[in-house]
Amino acid sequence: MENKTDKNSYTIIFAIAMVIVVGALLAFTASSLKPKISENQRIEKQQNILYAMGVNDNDEGSAVFVSTKDAPELFDKYISKQLVIKNGTPEENDKAYLIDLKKDKAAAGGDPSKRNLPLFIGEKDGVTYYIIPIYGKGLWDAIWAYVSVDENMVIKGAYFDHKGETPGLGANIKQRYFMDDFIGEHLLDDNGNFKGVTVAKGNADPTNEDKTDNEVDAIAGATITGDGVTAMIKSDLKLYKPYFDNLKNN
Amino acid sequence: MGLLSKKDTKLITDPLADNNPITIQVLGICSALAITAELKASIVMSISVLFVLGFGNVIISLMRNIIPSKIRIIVQLTVVAALVIIVDQVLKAFAYELSKTLSVFIGLIITNCIIMGRFEAFALANGPWKSFLDGIGNSLGYGVILIIVGFFRELLGSGTLLGFPVLGDPITKTGLYSIGYENNGFMLLSPMALIVVGIIIWVQRSRNKALVEDH
Repeated sequence: MENKTDKNSYTIIFAIAMVIVVGALLAFTASSLKPKISENQRIEKQQNILYAMGVNDNDEGSAVFVSTKDAPELFDKYISKQLVIKNGTPEENDKAYLIDLKKDKAAAGGDPSKRNLPLFIGEKDGVTYYIIPIYGKGLWDAIWAYVSVDENMVIKGAYFDHKGETPGLGANIKQRYFMDDFIGEHLLDDNGNFKGVTVAKGNADPTNEDKTDNEVDAIAGATITGDGVTAMIKSDLKLYKPYFDNLKNN
Repeated sequence: MGLLSKKDTKLITDPLADNNPITIQVLGICSALAITAELKASIVMSISVLFVLGFGNVIISLMRNIIPSKIRIIVQLTVVAALVIIVDQVLKAFAYELSKTLSVFIGLIITNCIIMGRFEAFALANGPWKSFLDGIGNSLGYGVILIIVGFFRELLGSGTLLGFPVLGDPITKTGLYSIGYENNGFMLLSPMALIVVGIIIWVQRSRNKALVEDH
């Protein structure tokens, strides 16, 4: 009493048909929605950069971007210069914010002189912000951030984001209480050498009053994500140190 | 009941209590442990599973007579994966903010054993309308447990609910914290989710002895 759906020939035909139908459906969906998705991602980058220099709609406790509608206009208004630093030489490039850090890092293969390092210079109320995008890995997937600093590499604002950290734990790096801790922290030590900012467990300063200790308080239960943030800051922000040295000497 | 017959109603209400997918069938434990550290994530996950399981069940049910039995698990997996990817892409294009909140759940939906379990146990043998109700019922039953666990974990672990501080401020020591109360960081870790689920199972079985298996 074999019925037709048990036959091998039927099974193979069904499998082939299913792969073709599903494949076509997914390909169609992906390619027809792609322009809209990349446009969303482009605007989001502008929002992130503006957020790091303090152009945002934050209310008391939550992080709110400027609206997607206003973002392109505000980006043109506040970001006065976009640079790409290649092997120590900065060059102006108004598409610098579209550089894909992941691809750029992979292409350079660990050799910093081959990197195209984007840097955005923003002006707000007479203050200059240097905004640096950084990229690293958390527990599950990618994490990245936009950090704005002044000429002395003191952090003035930071926006962190992640692809798939655990909700309630690692995902909290994009919460205000974590990001705001970085504001005012020094990236250099007392002697002017690059030290970064460590996301530290059991640090003696949980309310973060000491801004020169190169430490912020970690999130409980998110050790690996926190270590990822520390490593990302150390490796990526360090590459910009020569630019700021030059800035001071000239 | 005008719209639903008595049997149909049972399809929805049974999984809420006496045939709950998490506490009785012990399916979907992985996601119940992983994402219940906060209430909002629990709610978002419940809604996502509601959509995928409701529609997935209907699709599998419509295809039930033509699916070759030898590769039915692969067919089920393909249907749920395709469904989830389409939903993800549409959200990314038209509701970008929401899609960012959901991103981590998308992968978890595909691996959720409740979905495969219902396809296999129900949709392959029943019509589309019944399968739809079964999908809704089971995802509601899943959601109820997720929300209970998320509620206690966020309240006791972070002192907040949906991100709002309800017990006072732990840093400036206001509210409950002024009399020496402390958040229990252990609540934020997965083992405590398992213990909370265990307590729910215990409470449920002590109230309804019929659920206790004889040995």
